[in-house]
Amino acid sequence: MYAFAAVSESFKRLFAVRCGLTTGLFVLASVVSLTQPSAAIPAFARKFGMPCSACHEAWPKLNNFGQVFKDNGYQLGNDRDSPIYKDPSYWPVSFRITPHWHRENTDRMATDQAPTGEQSVTTHGFDLSGLDILTAGTLSKNISFLLTPSADNTASFHFESAWVRFDNLLKSSWLNVKVGKFELDNILSEKRILTLSANGGLYQAYHYLPQGGLPASVDPSLPSPLGTGIGDNQLGFEVAGHSKNSYTRYSVAVLSATDGNVSLPTNRGYDTFLTFSQAFEAGGLGLQRVGAFAYLGMYPTYGLTSGGTFLPGTGLGNKMYSQVGFYGLWYLKKLDFTTMYTHNKESAYLATATPANIALPTGAHDPSWNGFLVETHYTVNPQFILINRFDTIRMSEQPLGSLKKDFGNLNSLTFGYRWYPFMNSRDGFAIHNEYSRVTSKGISPTGNDSTSSSVFLGFDFIF
Amino acid sequence: MARTAQRLSFVGMLIVAVASSLCAQEAHVGNLTGHAADGKKLYRRFCIGCHGERGDGAGDNAPFLDPKPRDFTAATFKCRSTLTGNLPTDEDLYKSVGRGFNTSAMPSWAPLTAQTKIDLVAYIKSFSPRWHDEKPADVLKIPAETPVTIESISHGGELFQKLECWKCHGQEGRGDGPSASTLTDSKDQPIRPYNFTGGGRFKCGAENEDLYRIFMTGVDGTPMPSFNDVIQPVDAWDLVHYLRTLQKTRKSKENEVLKAAGGKLLPPKPEEKKPEEPAKEPDNKGAGNGRK
Repeated sequence: MYAFAAVSESFKRLFAVRCGLTTGLFVLASVVSLTQPSAAIPAFARKFGMPCSACHEAWPKLNNFGQVFKDNGYQLGNDRDSPIYKDPSYWPVSFRITPHWHRENTDRMATDQAPTGEQSVTTHGFDLSGLDILTAGTLSKNISFLLTPSADNTASFHFESAWVRFDNLLKSSWLNVKVGKFELDNILSEKRILTLSANGGLYQAYHYLPQGGLPASVDPSLPSPLGTGIGDNQLGFEVAGHSKNSYTRYSVAVLSATDGNVSLPTNRGYDTFLTFSQAFEAGGLGLQRVGAFAYLGMYPTYGLTSGGTFLPGTGLGNKMYSQVGFYGLWYLKKLDFTTMYTHNKESAYLATATPANIALPTGAHDPSWNGFLVETHYTVNPQFILINRFDTIRMSEQPLGSLKKDFGNLNSLTFGYRWYPFMNSRDGFAIHNEYSRVTSKGISPTGNDSTSSSVFLGFDFIF
Repeated sequence: MARTAQRLSFVGMLIVAVASSLCAQEAHVGNLTGHAADGKKLYRRFCIGCHGERGDGAGDNAPFLDPKPRDFTAATFKCRSTLTGNLPTDEDLYKSVGRGFNTSAMPSWAPLTAQTKIDLVAYIKSFSPRWHDEKPADVLKIPAETPVTIESISHGGELFQKLECWKCHGQEGRGDGPSASTLTDSKDQPIRPYNFTGGGRFKCGAENEDLYRIFMTGVDGTPMPSFNDVIQPVDAWDLVHYLRTLQKTRKSKENEVLKAAGGKLLPPKPEEKKPEEPAKEPDNKGAGNGRK
């Protein structure tokens, strides 16, 4: 029995969608934010003797010097990059975890006890984030690697990243090849996001999906994709290149259509990710950058079974989903803005969990939606940064004609600060305080708007 | 009471003097103007770990680094277009920041914006009073490069012997000459001569012109002297051509010419007895251009 057995009646869908969305968004936000690994790596600071602020605007957010270092395969290019120049006792390993106190509230969540079927639910208490073990560096000149065993906050491990990269092929910075599991080449990186709370610790544009929030999975025991592919690390290979100062950058990646899950659990399809960006100097204002990206993905809607059990990797009836985006990083000295626009589309089969070998429900069509984001930072100094983000999603086409035009529209507002009491070349420590609020249109079980909010006070450390 | 007031006013004047010097310190390269006040914040972000808060090269990482970070308070700089003993130009410092120093922990800061780099230069200049007290020095004029010929390379080889470059750099340019192990810099730290056979970039640039400049201006703070008063520009180019052939693994015109000549230098010409000439002023005017 497939998890995505077709359900034709629209009203049943609508009800399922509303209950699912409220809970789904809550769970999604929690899962994404609590397991979000980052790539601020003090092992590099220790190797090269630089403070975090040399490579990071405010860790983990990279500045252009850090971007060039990363693009060069974790090499500074001064003939001291190869491990043979390091003391043999040097071990390129870093750990990051964030003990914190947090409070979450959802004003209209479905409970069995609520007379109307929904009620306000608040939780709070002390907690842990996931753990990232970041091992990274160079195996030899122009061969770099990253291995990130990562755990959720129950210490259940997986490999968040595991790749090897051949850098500067043909002695050109324009040709680098990476193979394994890696973060896509996102300048607006969710792995280096400066916000950590359950509602604020993700970019909505990377994860938002219409309807029940999650597309179909051919095996109910598998995690479904958590978004449109961009926010999650993926398995595949990447060809990337950049100018010497990384002002001009490109990347092309071919990925297994498994959303980064190992053992080929779904099908034999491949996704594609493309990105390009160009930076330019604006006098004393700083370095400005504009760029674009596109993700073209597919996911199966049914598959082969044996004795009623899905055979991994035999998914069939692939249907497409896509995201294109444009972004800009604008610096006015200490004040910077990131702007991003995204347009998304997916197959009605995925949006309505309908196997491709049966007819779509009446009135179903391919949904599309747009995202817009403005993230503002004010870097008072390398040890103190103020953060604000407004993230919004607008549905332009619903998957079912019965849904209201604005159903699922979303506004997210986050603000906070990070204070780094000390800054050296050995480790990193930040006191992190944040508030985030997400309002979604009409998704409560009774069809009302639903708002979730998070308060987060964390002690973010990496060694 | 009067004594206390006097002390306070002295401290006040000192603070004003330091603050105004920081505000006033500028650096200029082309159309760029760097400001020390802006550079101070950037220095804190990028440089303080090695060069230290006071710019004395005593940052947290300094004990672990070899070679040691530059002490900006001494205002002695290796890479200059000015003659030995002089301060470098703003452009020299700007290029050094952007280029980095091979075989040291100093990376290339080329990814920083032009304004960031020039602001850093302005701040670096605030660490030593020499920048206020001394006038800008003349820049070494580099004549056009002479043709690369086997004669030029061979003559350069003779100069390599005559000037005793081999004592530090070794006969094959491996940096293993008989004096190599005894060398120290101006801070009494052991220092290694450049190993040409590695083929890596020179500390102060990668081009023939950079190599010419390095030995004509000297590398201040190290035992590498200036040869500007010792050899003529045409001879200096010959020496450049010969030194390039010591980088055997590097593709270069010099290596091609040497290979075409069977890999052997021409035998030295017998010394010609020249009439006595009056002693010359240090030549930084680029006199002599091309082989006669």
